Formats: sequence, structure tokens, C-alpha cells
Amino acid sequence: MAEILVKNGYVIDPAQKIDGDVADVAIRDDKIVESVSSGARVIDARGKVVMAGALDVHAHVAGPKVNVGRLFRPEDKLFKSPEAQPNYRVEMGFSVPSTFKTGYDYARMGYAFVMEAAMPPLHSPHVHEEIHDTPIIDQAALPVFANNWFVLEYLKKGEIENSAAYVAWLIRATKGYGIKLVNPGGTEAWGWGLNCLKLDDPVPFFDVTPAEIITGLMKTNEYLGLPHSIHIHQNSLGDPGNYTVTLDSLKLAKGMKAKNKFGRTQVMHSTHLQFHSYGGDSWANFESKAKDVMNYVNQQKNITIDLGCVTLDETTTMTADGPFEHHLNALNHLKWANTDVELETAAGVVPYIYDKDIKVCGIQWAIGLELGLFTKDCMRTFITTDHPNAGPFFRYPRVIKWLMSQKAREATLETFKHRDKVIDATEIHGIDRELTLYEIAQMTRAGPAKALGLAGMYGSLAPGMDANVAVFNLDYKKMPSNPEKIEQAFQRALWFIKSGEIVVKDGEITSHGNKRTLWVNAKVKENPQVVRDIHEKFIKDYTVNLDNYPVRDYLAPNPFVIDVDVEA
Amino acid sequence: MATVTLTPYKTPELFLECTTITPDAFCGKAPQEIAELEVREGKTKLRMGDYFHVEGKAGKTPEETEIQILGDCTRVKYIGFKMTGGAITVNGNADMYVGGWMKGGKIHVTGNVHSFCGIAMEGGEILVDGKAENYVGCAYRGDWRGMRGGTIRIRGSAGNDIGTFMLGGTIIIEKNAFIHVSTHAEGGTIIIKGNVEGRVGGQMVKGDIYVLGEVQYMLPGFQKIEQVEKEVDGAKVKLDHYIGDLGERHPKSKGKEIYANLFVRAT
Repeated sequence: MAEILVKNGYVIDPAQKIDGDVADVAIRDDKIVESVSSGARVIDARGKVVMAGALDVHAHVAGPKVNVGRLFRPEDKLFKSPEAQPNYRVEMGFSVPSTFKTGYDYARMGYAFVMEAAMPPLHSPHVHEEIHDTPIIDQAALPVFANNWFVLEYLKKGEIENSAAYVAWLIRATKGYGIKLVNPGGTEAWGWGLNCLKLDDPVPFFDVTPAEIITGLMKTNEYLGLPHSIHIHQNSLGDPGNYTVTLDSLKLAKGMKAKNKFGRTQVMHSTHLQFHSYGGDSWANFESKAKDVMNYVNQQKNITIDLGCVTLDETTTMTADGPFEHHLNALNHLKWANTDVELETAAGVVPYIYDKDIKVCGIQWAIGLELGLFTKDCMRTFITTDHPNAGPFFRYPRVIKWLMSQKAREATLETFKHRDKVIDATEIHGIDRELTLYEIAQMTRAGPAKALGLAGMYGSLAPGMDANVAVFNLDYKKMPSNPEKIEQAFQRALWFIKSGEIVVKDGEITSHGNKRTLWVNAKVKENPQVVRDIHEKFIKDYTVNLDNYPVRDYLAPNPFVIDVDVEA
Repeated sequence: MATVTLTPYKTPELFLECTTITPDAFCGKAPQEIAELEVREGKTKLRMGDYFHVEGKAGKTPEETEIQILGDCTRVKYIGFKMTGGAITVNGNADMYVGGWMKGGKIHVTGNVHSFCGIAMEGGEILVDGKAENYVGCAYRGDWRGMRGGTIRIRGSAGNDIGTFMLGGTIIIEKNAFIHVSTHAEGGTIIIKGNVEGRVGGQMVKGDIYVLGEVQYMLPGFQKIEQVEKEVDGAKVKLDHYIGDLGERHPKSKGKEIYANLFVRAT
């Protein structure tokens, strides 16, 4: 029995409404407990900030498109692959890091859980193999549904029950976690060389609209009572003037009620909102509409969002939004990789440089931060960079620095070549709000845990929680005047205890921890029609046999299965 | 200019990676310190002194430092890696990556070089008296930012993939070249004084190529527009002027599309 006592730190735990109280956190084995014996190992956290392990709701860290990024960007590793250290494996790459670097960097920042944001169902075995290869962090993956032929056909006819039976089967078959939507209908339309840029653009052949797909999957999700809500990457991503489409799709959540046993209150998670809050009608008059979008998000309590902050790095964009990547390639003329995943989805990958000297990139940077600063509810607003699309995940500490310090924002703004034009097109310059550590903990811990339906395990330091505890080199009572110190503190935790094991000490990895894969087993009554549909489509349309489709148990060797009993 | 001489006295069993043979690493150091610089054979870390006798004196700055290698470096990679100034002379052959990512200064190899000579070079001069293998002045694998500046002159022949993704600078091959010249280039100048088998300027957006011999197989994406007389590397020549690659995108300047130019000796 291993016992650890994290002593005398400034504890910040929004789930328990604790803000900077000096307290001890006791750990026995892999759980947080009320108290431990005098023989416990003591970690002195005096004068330091203690938080629960963080959760990332949205990152692309495993699977075929991530691997395509690695394969087609050897230059991403050039001079950026330090040697192996005695305790750990070699870490490679920058914007598309190796699995080991991914696990290590998340652990160094005190992250306990990371959601792989888009799993192509057909390639789910690959996703799970990579997840298994990523050390320390717990992970889950969201299979993509919004361009899936079964779903399109059921929702066209309004058959929520059938849609639910299929979704439950697919989540189980792929060992997935929830329902991801990427450019609803648009990726399928791209098979005809088209896209769905508005909510009433019908998908060719299927004759169903993005609005119907979103609403249908939202109803499906609540019918099943899954731990997470639908997780949506909206239509018209990255286009000037797309904020109206964004508002239209957010409005679809109006009047919907979350039905689940996991404490989740939202019915829609709208991801990387930065890419969807654009005004203007061309790149010339491109401007921020973060305020309009956040005004709506603030009043509509049943939606959650994540930021998708641009970090001004050279990165690799990758998404199941195939038409968008093609569009992006036509803008920057760099490399483009692309794939079609049979009946299910597609994907594209293009390198991208967010250059501080390009006006549009500066505005994008501002929009991401504005969303975080305009929020009135940090429990519904989460920090992401849509890794690696707007920037690599290991820049979260930099995003936190910008959110917590106006001085840091102004300093970055000063370095822009088109500073004045960026200021004209955004509101960032006038915002004096500086988020507190408590708010940051809501955005990275309590908030995402609740939205993922995992508030009983993660995101808090209450007894009974998983023992994920991070200690940061920050003095709560005397926060540094130099914002760089905030970034440094969050970049490398002094201590990180994951599932009761010390995995980071002084910012260095000390153990490969006990990694788990979370997946959801939604038990629905057998639906003969859906069973028959699945069999028929596999015979007629798929290139693989149905028996070879599901993810085998050995591919997810450390499972943590969340059972959901669906009341018919 | 102060001169350091390196005399190879032992042939490595594998290939030796000497990213430290640069005026930047040598400057301000005594011969004993230079002998302690790290070199690698496979994954084994070794000392410079394990393979070279080090003599002479280094200057205070890279610009004031000259390195003379008195012997063959057929099994030595990365000579002049990322150097910013000064000079290196290799009296003999050198292996891959001579002058890779170089920013300034001069490298002279009296023998032959292997592949990747001047890869992703940004400035400075490389002169090779013998021949070069493949990838002269090319980009790193996968990168779209190739050679940006400086001059590479190969007195002998060169292999394939010369100046891939080139953005600037000059490459001169005084004898023949094989295939793939200036592929994907968006700038820079390549002069080949001998013959080229083919695939010259494939997917080229901008930049110039001069072939003073013959192109055995022209790419269909190049179109002849005129005959011109030009001075090329000190000699006046009559040339057929082609533009291309017509299958590739081309930027516009003042309403006119900018093409890459291919000049081939007029027959």
C-alpha cells in the first residue's frame, strides 16, 4: 500500500470551491483519501500551487492522420529530437510529436487525461495501438459520425432509435467514448467535390442537411445518455464570416436537455471555437466576432466550448474536414495529404505557419484569447489549441500566460508587424481581464471533467477521486510580476502524481505510470433492423469483413470501461 | 587568418559524423581543446583527437579561422555543418553533407563529395574540384525550404536531385548531371555546363536553369518562347528560352504570370 501526503500547498480545486487554502492532499494507492498514516511519503508543497491533474477535451494525438503528419513531415523532427535520457525513451518531433513525447509533455504539464478528438471508425485499431504506445496519460477517443452513411440514412428518416442502436454498436466496436461531428455532411459532400458551408446545404444523394444531422445526433446522444455530449467541429471552419453559421448551429441546442447519470449538463460541446468566430467576407476585411459568439455561449447554458488558440508556431493542420484541408492547401501551397475512409469519413493534412507578421494570423491569435476572456463561465470554457491545428499542445502554458496576463498579451501584440491592423480587427487590446488560477483550474480541470462526464474520477482533489495531483512552482499569495514565470511553472510541474504514482519530479519524467484507455459500453436493446443493416452494408459496401472490424481487446490492454444502461 | 590543421590518422570502421569540424566550433580554442570536441561513429561518442591530429591555431572568431584537412575524408560526414564564416579546405574526398545548412564562409574540397553537398544552404561558397553525387543544394527531406543563398560550384559531374525546392543562390555543375534539376524550385539559378538526361524543372514555379549541353528528354511542361544570347558564367552563349512548368501554379506580378526559365544551348 503506497501512501503519499502532499503537504501545505495552496490548494486550488474549483470542484470543491477551494481557492488557495493551505491544505494537505492525502493519497493511498491510486485514490485521494481523507488522511494517511504517519508512514506516508511526504511531498513538501509549501508556497506552491497544488491542483488536480488536468484534462484535455480535444487534441489529435493518435491515429492514422496523426501518423500521416509524422510520415510526411520529416522536417518537423529535424534538429528537434533530443537524445534518449536514462529514464525514458527518445522524444521526437515538434508539431506532430512521437507518442512518447506526447505522453511525456502532457505529464510534465500535469495532464492526466487526453481525448483523441477524431477517430475514423475503420481505423480505430490503429488509434488504439498508438494510444497504447503513449505513456502515462489516460486517453479516450471520439469516433466520427456526422458523415457516416448509416447515420445519414437514419437521420434523414428521423429514426433516432435506430441511429442510437447503430451509434452504440459503433462506439462499442471501436472502443470509443462518444459522438464526434466533423463538418456535418460537408465531408461526405466532398465525395462529390462539394461542401456544406451552411446548415441547410443538403448532402448530395443522402438529401439530409447539416442542421438535421446535428439535431439528430444530439437527440441520439441524449437517448443513449452517454457521459459526453455531442462534440462538434462545425461547418464552414476557417472561412471569413463563418460566425453566423456558428451561431446557427449553437442555436440548435436551444431547449435540449442533458439526460445522463454522469453529472453532465451540456448537450453540445462546440470545439476549437476560434476557427468558427470569424467576421468579414474576405481575408482583406477579416475580423474577430469572438464577442458575438461568446455573448451567445454565455447565455445558452447547455453548451460548452473549447478555445482552439493560435500559438503562432509552425504547425501541422489535420482534420477529418477533408474539403477544408484542400482549401487550405490552395491558400498556402505547401504539402497536402488526403484520404477517404470508405462509408465513414475522410481526412486531410497540411503544414501551416502561423506567422506573427501576417495580419490574419495575428487576428486568429487574438480571437482564441478573446473567447477565453469574454467568457462568463469558466466551467463551460476549456483551454485547447486543437493540437496540432492551431498550435502544439505543449503551448497550453503559453495560452494560460496570455489569459492570465494583459502584460503578456500586449508584449506579444507589440511584436506583430501589423499590430495596428490586428488591434483594429479585434478587441484584444482593450481587454484588461486577467484570469485567476481558480478560473484556469476550472478551464483545465473541473470544467472539462464535468463536460466529459468524468467528474467522479478526474478534475478534483476530493477524497475518492483518482490520485492525479500536480504541484506547480507558483506562489498563490505572491504571483510573479513576470508573466514568463507563469508559463515556465505550468510547462514543467514540480511534481505530478498520476494514479498515485509519481511520474514527474522537477519537470523530469520519473516513471511510465499506469496508462488506461477509457471507453463507453452503451447497452441498448437489440435492434434487428440495425443488425441487419450493418450486416448488409458490410457485405455490400465495406472492404473489410464485419468480423474483422471491431477493435480486439489486446489492442486496448488497460481498459477502463464505462457502462451505460440505456432505458428503452 | 589563423590556420588549424587536421590530419586524419585512423579510418573509422563506420562513418564519422563531424558536425564539429567548423570554424564556429574551433574558434577561440587551443588544439588540445579542439581535440576534445565530440565526433560520432554510429551511436558512439568519441573525441576529434581519436581520428585527427590537431595542430596550429584557431582565430578568435569563425571569420578569422581556417581549417586545413590534410588527408582523405571519404568516411567523414557533415564537414562545415551550419558554419557561419571562415574557411575549410579538404585535401582529398569528403562524404555526405559537406556544408549542410551553411550560412557563410568558404569550403573547398579538392577531391569528390558524396551526396547532400550544400543541403539547405543559406549563404557562403562551396567549391568541389571533383564530382558530386546526388542532392547537391537540395532541401531536407520533406521540407519546402531548400537552398536560399550562396554558391556551389562542382567542377566535375553531379547526380540527381540538384537544387530541389531551391529558393535562391547559385549552383554550377561544370560537367554533366543526371535527372531532376530544380524540382519544385521557387527561385535561384542552376547552371549545368554539360548534358542532362531529363526531368529538368519539374513542378518549378520560379527561378532559372541554364543547360549549356543537351537536355536529352525535355519535360512537356516547358514551352519555347524565343532565342536569346546571354552571358553565362563568363561566356557568351546562344540559348533557346523555355518557360514552365506550365502544369504548376505561378505567382502574378503586375497582372502578369511569372514563370520559371529554362535556357538550353541553341542547336
